[in-house]
Amino acid sequence: MPPVLELRGISKAFPGVLANDHIDFTLEKGEIHALLGENGAGKTTLMNILYGLYTPDEGQIFIRGREVEIHNPSDAIAQGIGMVHQHFMLVPVFTVTENVMLGVESTRWGVFLKREEAAQRVREISEQYGLKVDPNAYVQGIPVGVQQRVEIIKILYREADILILDEPTAVLTPQEVEELFVIMRSLVQEGKSIIFITHKLKEVMAIADGITVLRDGRVVGTTKPEETSLEELASMMVGREVILTVDKKPPQLGEVVLEVKDLKVRDDRGDLAVKGVSFDLRAGETLGVAGVQGNGQTELVEALTGLRTVEEGVVYTLGTDTTHASPRKILEEGVAHVPEDRQRDGLVLSYPLLDNLVLNTYYLPPFADSIVIQERAIIAAAKERVERFDIRTPSIFVTTASLSGGNQQKTIVAREFSRPIRLLIAAQPTRGLDVGSIEYIHDRLIEKRDEGTAILLVSPELDEILTLADRIAVMYEGEIVAILPAEEATREELGLLMAGAKRLPETLTAQRREKEALTER
Amino acid sequence: MSEREPEKRTRGVSKALQQVAKETVLGIGGLREALFVPFLAILSALIIGALFILISDPEVISAYAKLFQEPGRALQATWKSVSSAYGALFKGSIGNPSDLYQGFSTLVETGDTTILRKAAYPLSESLTNSVPYIFAGLAVALGFRCGLFNIGAEGQILIGGLASVWVGYNITGFPWFIHLPLALVVGALAGALWSAIAGYLKARTGAHEVINTIMMNYLAFRLSDLLLTDPRLMGRPTGTPMTPQILPSAYLPRLLGSPLRFHAGFFMALGTAALVYWFLWKTTLGFEIRTVGANPDAARYAGMSITRNFVLAMGLSGALAGLAGANEVLGVTHFVGGGFSPGYGFDSIALALLGKSHPVGVVLAALLFGTLRAGASKMQMLGIPIDIIQILQATIIMFIAAPALVRLIYRLKVEREVTEVVFTRGWGG
Repeated sequence: MPPVLELRGISKAFPGVLANDHIDFTLEKGEIHALLGENGAGKTTLMNILYGLYTPDEGQIFIRGREVEIHNPSDAIAQGIGMVHQHFMLVPVFTVTENVMLGVESTRWGVFLKREEAAQRVREISEQYGLKVDPNAYVQGIPVGVQQRVEIIKILYREADILILDEPTAVLTPQEVEELFVIMRSLVQEGKSIIFITHKLKEVMAIADGITVLRDGRVVGTTKPEETSLEELASMMVGREVILTVDKKPPQLGEVVLEVKDLKVRDDRGDLAVKGVSFDLRAGETLGVAGVQGNGQTELVEALTGLRTVEEGVVYTLGTDTTHASPRKILEEGVAHVPEDRQRDGLVLSYPLLDNLVLNTYYLPPFADSIVIQERAIIAAAKERVERFDIRTPSIFVTTASLSGGNQQKTIVAREFSRPIRLLIAAQPTRGLDVGSIEYIHDRLIEKRDEGTAILLVSPELDEILTLADRIAVMYEGEIVAILPAEEATREELGLLMAGAKRLPETLTAQRREKEALTER
Repeated sequence: MSEREPEKRTRGVSKALQQVAKETVLGIGGLREALFVPFLAILSALIIGALFILISDPEVISAYAKLFQEPGRALQATWKSVSSAYGALFKGSIGNPSDLYQGFSTLVETGDTTILRKAAYPLSESLTNSVPYIFAGLAVALGFRCGLFNIGAEGQILIGGLASVWVGYNITGFPWFIHLPLALVVGALAGALWSAIAGYLKARTGAHEVINTIMMNYLAFRLSDLLLTDPRLMGRPTGTPMTPQILPSAYLPRLLGSPLRFHAGFFMALGTAALVYWFLWKTTLGFEIRTVGANPDAARYAGMSITRNFVLAMGLSGALAGLAGANEVLGVTHFVGGGFSPGYGFDSIALALLGKSHPVGVVLAALLFGTLRAGASKMQMLGIPIDIIQILQATIIMFIAAPALVRLIYRLKVEREVTEVVFTRGWGG
C-alpha cells in the first residue's frame, strides 16, 4: 500500500531565504510522524504548502499514491488534510458545536442551522476518539486543553484523515499534554495519520512513530525513537553538540532582596487568586515557583511588579515597601521582569527592534535629553545589545513582529539584563522556545544568579525548575503548599504537590510558619 | 560632532521619505505602488461618479430615451454632461489652464499680477480649504496614535473658533504680534480643555471616548447656538446669529492679495504637521503616546501611565482641532456664524485614516480633501446637485482607502506574503 502522504523534493524560496530546500517527507497510514526542528527551520512553511497556503516553487505532493495539486485550504480539506494551528481559530462567544460547524453549516430551508444534528455528530466524534468535550459549552469558558480538542473535532468533523498538529503542546500543562497523547494514540488506532510539529525532544521520544528532523530548510535525517537518543536529536536539530543539562555552582547567598508576607491578590474576575503567600528571596539564589498554570502564579508576578493591585499583605523589595508602588517605581528599584506573555506585555510588536530594546529606559540618559529622544545613543546601544545577546536579525530597524519567538525573548532579556538589576522576576522565560534559545536563556539566568542577582523563576515546566532553581516553591490554588530545597525535590513529589494531592507542612519555610502563627492570632 | 551633522540630516531625510512611502496614503512599498494605485483609485472613482452624473442629468435621460433614433445625440449628451461636470471640478480646484497661462504671460510681459491672481483663485481656494483639514486631520491622527477615537473634532473646532473670535473682537489695543498669537493660543487652549474633559472621563471612569466626544459635539453645537443668538453673549445686536467681526490686528495675513484668500495659516499648518511628527517620533512624550496606542499592556509593563497619556493625547488632539477653528476664524471668515464648520471635523476622521495617521499622509490627504471641496463649489454653481458631488467625494475616498480593491479591479499583482492574521483590539476599548 502506498504511504498516505508523500512529499517529493519540495522547495520554496522567500526573498532572501530558502525556506524549504528539496524536502522529502513520507507519512504512513496510522502513524504519528514528528516533524522536528528549531523555529525557522522550515516546518511551518512545509505544512503551509501542504495546507495550500503557499504554492511550492518545486516538488510534488502524493496523497494515497496519487499526485495532487493543492492551491488553497479547501483543496487540502477535500484531500482529507486537516490542520490544528498553534494559535486556535475559535470564536470565543460561540458554543463548541457552533465553532465546529462554522463554515460547513448544514441548514434546514437554507437558513436555520441544524444545531442538534451537528451537536450529535460532535458527541459521536468525541466518544469515538476519547475527545471529552461538552458540545453546548461556550468556548470562552473552557480551558485551553479542551479548546484544542475542539480544534481537533473541527477537522474530524470535516472528515480529515491526515491531521497536522502545529506545536500542539506549546500551550498545554503537563497533564494536558498527557491527555493529548492519549487522544493522539486513539486517533491513529482509528486509522488516522498525524503529523506532529514540535521542537520538544522529550515529547517526540514519548509519542512519535517516525521522526523527520529539519534544519535550515533541509531534511537532516529521518529516524525512529527507538533508534535514536535525546542528545542525538538535539544535535541534529541545532547542528552542534547541545548540553541539555546545566552545571551550576552552589548559590552564594547574599542579603534578602525580596520579602513577601501574607500576600493576597485578586484576579480579573475579582476572586482571590493569591491567598496569603509568604516567602523570601536572597541575592544570588534562584527560587523556582512550580505549579500548573492558573494557580495564581500570574497574579503573584503581576502583584510583585506593580501591574496588579495588592489586596492584602506586604512586599519589600531591597528593603523598600513596594506593596503599592507603581510599575515604574519598582523598575527603578532594580527589578527586572521577563513577562509571561512576551508578545502582549513585553514587546510592542509593531515597533522596530531598537525601540523595544529601550522600552522601559527610553526616558533616561543617555537615551533622552529631557524630552528629546537621542536616536544616536539608542542605535548604538541597540547594536551593542544585538551583538552581545546574539539576537538574530537582519537589522535593528526591522519590526519586532518579524523576529522568531526565540529572538523576541532574547530582545526582552537583552533589555532587562542591560539595566543594573538586583532582582529578576522571570515568568515562563522559555515558553514556546526552541532548544538553542532555551539553552541560551538558561545560561544567562545562571550567569545572573552567579553575579549575585536574586531570581524568581515561575514556570510550569518541571524540567526547567529542576535545572535552574536552588529552592522550589509549589503553588496550588493560590497558596504555596511547599518550599523545598531543589536537591531534595523529586519529580514525583513535585507532581503530587502540583496536583494538590499532598502538602508538606514540615518542610515549609520559617516565613510560612510565621504566617500561620499570625493567622492563628 | 559638527562635521557629521549634514550626513545625519541626509540620512534623516531619506529615512523620512522611506517612511512616507511605507506609511502614507500611498500604500505599501514601491514607487509604482505609491503613485499608480492612487491614480487608478481616482480614475475608478471618476468613472463611477460619471454614471451618477449621467443618471441625474435630465437632458441625458431624455437623449437616451431616443437612443435608437438618434444615437449620436445620446453620446453627445453623455460627453457634454460628464465633461462639463469634471471640467468644473478641475477648474474649481486647480483653475482654467488657459487663464493661468494668460496670467503668467501677462506677468512676464508687464509685471502685472492681477490676471494671474484671478486665474489662481481656484488653486488658492483649494489650499485655503485644506488648512482646517490639516489641523483637524492631525488632531484625529494624534488621537489614533494613542489608541483614541476622537470623534469630537467638529465640536472642538467650533469651541476653538468661538474662543479665538472672542479674543479677536473683544480684546483691543494690542499690536498684531501680540493679538494674533493670543487669539491662536486661546483657540488651541479652548479646544484642548474641551476635549480633555472626554480624555479625563475615559482615564478616570473608563467612559468610552467615542460616546463622550460625540455627546460633547452636541454640547458644543448648542452652546454655540446660545452664544451666537444672544447679543449679551457673543451675538450681534441685530439678532442675526453671528459674532461681531474680529479686529484686523488679529487677522492671519492673506499672502497673495485680493481676491485670493490664501493666508499664512497654510504655512502654520505645514509647520504644525512637522511639529507633530517631531513630537510623536522624536520625544519621550510621543514615544509614550505611541506605545500606549500600539500596546497598552506593554506600555504599563514599561512603567508608562495610561491615564496620563490618554489625557495628554486627548488634550493635544483638542488643541489641534481648536487651531483648525482659530485658523478659519482668523484667516478666512473673521467671524463665527451658523454653519461655521461645514463638517471639517467629521471629514477629518476619514482623512486621518486615509493618511495612515502619519503627519505627511495627513497633509497629502488634507490637500486632496481641500481640492475636492473647492472643486465641488464650482460644480454646484453649474447646477450639479450637491448630493452627486458628495457621492463623488465619497467614492474617491473609498477607492483610495481600499487599495486592495483597486488592485483587484485592475488585476495588479502584489507580492503576496502570508502573514499571521492579527485580530484588532476593537475600538481601543
